[in-house]
Amino acid sequence: MTPELKGFLLAASVKIVLVFSAWMVGVMFATWLERRQAAFMQDRLGPNRVGPAGLLQPVADGLKNFLKEETWPVWVDRPLFVLAPLMSFIPSLLTFAVIPFAAPLPGFDFTLPVLGRFTYQGPVPMVVADLPIGFLFILAVSSMAVYGVVLAGWSSASKYAMLGGIRSSAQMVSYEISLGMSLITVFILSGNVTLSQVVATQQRSVWFVLALTVAFVLFLISALAENNRLPFDLPEAEAELTAGYHTEYSAMKFSMFYIAEYAAVITMCALISTLFFGGWDIPFTHWDEGPPSLARFLVTLLAFGAKTLFFLFTYIWIRWTLPRFRFDQLMELGWKVMLPVALGYVMVVAAAVYVLERAGLTLGLRYGLVLLALNVVLTVGLLFGLDRGRLLAGSRRQERPRMAA
Amino acid sequence: MIGVKVVKRPESEVSYLRAALQGMVVTFRHILRPKVTMEYPEEKSTKEWSLSPRWRGTHRMLTDEQGRAKCVACGLCPQICPANCIKLVPGEDEEGNRYPLIYEIDEFRCIFCGYCQEVCPEEAIHVGVHYENAEYDRSRFVYDLERLCAQTHQVSTLWDPADPKGE
Repeated sequence: MTPELKGFLLAASVKIVLVFSAWMVGVMFATWLERRQAAFMQDRLGPNRVGPAGLLQPVADGLKNFLKEETWPVWVDRPLFVLAPLMSFIPSLLTFAVIPFAAPLPGFDFTLPVLGRFTYQGPVPMVVADLPIGFLFILAVSSMAVYGVVLAGWSSASKYAMLGGIRSSAQMVSYEISLGMSLITVFILSGNVTLSQVVATQQRSVWFVLALTVAFVLFLISALAENNRLPFDLPEAEAELTAGYHTEYSAMKFSMFYIAEYAAVITMCALISTLFFGGWDIPFTHWDEGPPSLARFLVTLLAFGAKTLFFLFTYIWIRWTLPRFRFDQLMELGWKVMLPVALGYVMVVAAAVYVLERAGLTLGLRYGLVLLALNVVLTVGLLFGLDRGRLLAGSRRQERPRMAA
Repeated sequence: MIGVKVVKRPESEVSYLRAALQGMVVTFRHILRPKVTMEYPEEKSTKEWSLSPRWRGTHRMLTDEQGRAKCVACGLCPQICPANCIKLVPGEDEEGNRYPLIYEIDEFRCIFCGYCQEVCPEEAIHVGVHYENAEYDRSRFVYDLERLCAQTHQVSTLWDPADPKGE
């Protein structure tokens, strides 16, 4: 093996191990945060017994789930029943691999006694796999998440699980489209689908939440639907479907679904911060774009973590505030509001970019500010439409009963 | 045809968007509010909440100055007990004083009505202001005389002294 190959393998494996463990700890933290924050919103304290402030509660829960009895309902399709929790877990894991989480570290060159020389030329990008197909990969992989839910619903041989699976396939397929459509605008602006390039573009101009506000709102709503989080958690609507697709699961297999849900949420939060909030960028300074160093790495890592945490908080905040949509409302929102708005927005952004380029503006601060002004107008218009009940209305489309003469 | 009156409500009341945003503000405010949770093993009563002095919990037998049970084994409490949970075998010493040879209360059978305390002429048996009764063994729930005398918790007043007729 050449020193370069060894250096590459070393960097890759260290990144994989570190990202995976940090991410798993993040999942633990997310379950804790969910329960604590929900409790605080209801004037309670939540789990605060195990470890400092209850932080070790997820460990206790995990241990409990390991020790619990696994139940096998008689009619389940066993291979698929086992496969389903894994299928729902893996896509979010794969997605995280393409998210850059910090400024690059400097390359290295050292020699170990037995293993020999390791070299890595140039900066080490802080992303597990800096794929050139960036978020095409994300779209492809995140669509696979629906398989876990559908397989779980089908293999359980239970009506509740089955209905949950069917609902989730309809829901995730519908919202997948507006998710992808809102991403197209990001693609138009950055001119590249690599996520590290998306971050670099935002560093050069403005964060895309300002330049593409409507796309951000669309993405946030579709992300909630993709993660089956309230107000879109119809696949596991407990009032109607017991626990939906994971009704028949117990012990560690149930735990896998639980972990997968929070893992997907964390990945989605990281993705939102990367696509719309500058990733590991620190605003109002160009210090973080300097040559690679350990200090820059640590500070930008913190910035990325803070952004992700903020969105995690928002996710939980939304969950414990908004009631669940009815299924027809969900579909109406997805197909009749989100999709047309997303499509129209792609047109508007494309036109705006064309005009700006014709006017001789290059991607930069002024370019971003022009787009921001456009977005303010569009957002106000959309909010006005939404608020008047023109775009989203519960039972507006039902036939009005006629008054007795 | 049944006529249904459709009430036209103002948009500010039916707007999903405004309602959702208002809801978000409400839940966020609640994060900052003081919490109502009472952390049980450390904190058993607060200013807002404490056990009523009229609480009827597990029994306690009061004792006299010599440490003997006040009970004279009259037999009124097993007589009145609706759950039939009191077992009393009376005895008599050389001076003709009656005392209980066996006095057992099955706390599983007991319905905590407090009749035993009400009927007792010697104010010996009482229901107590007490609720932490967990045991590892079912047989431990039959309290014998020694155990009943050894209880130290506050006894129930059964009625509010300020309002004896319950008005």
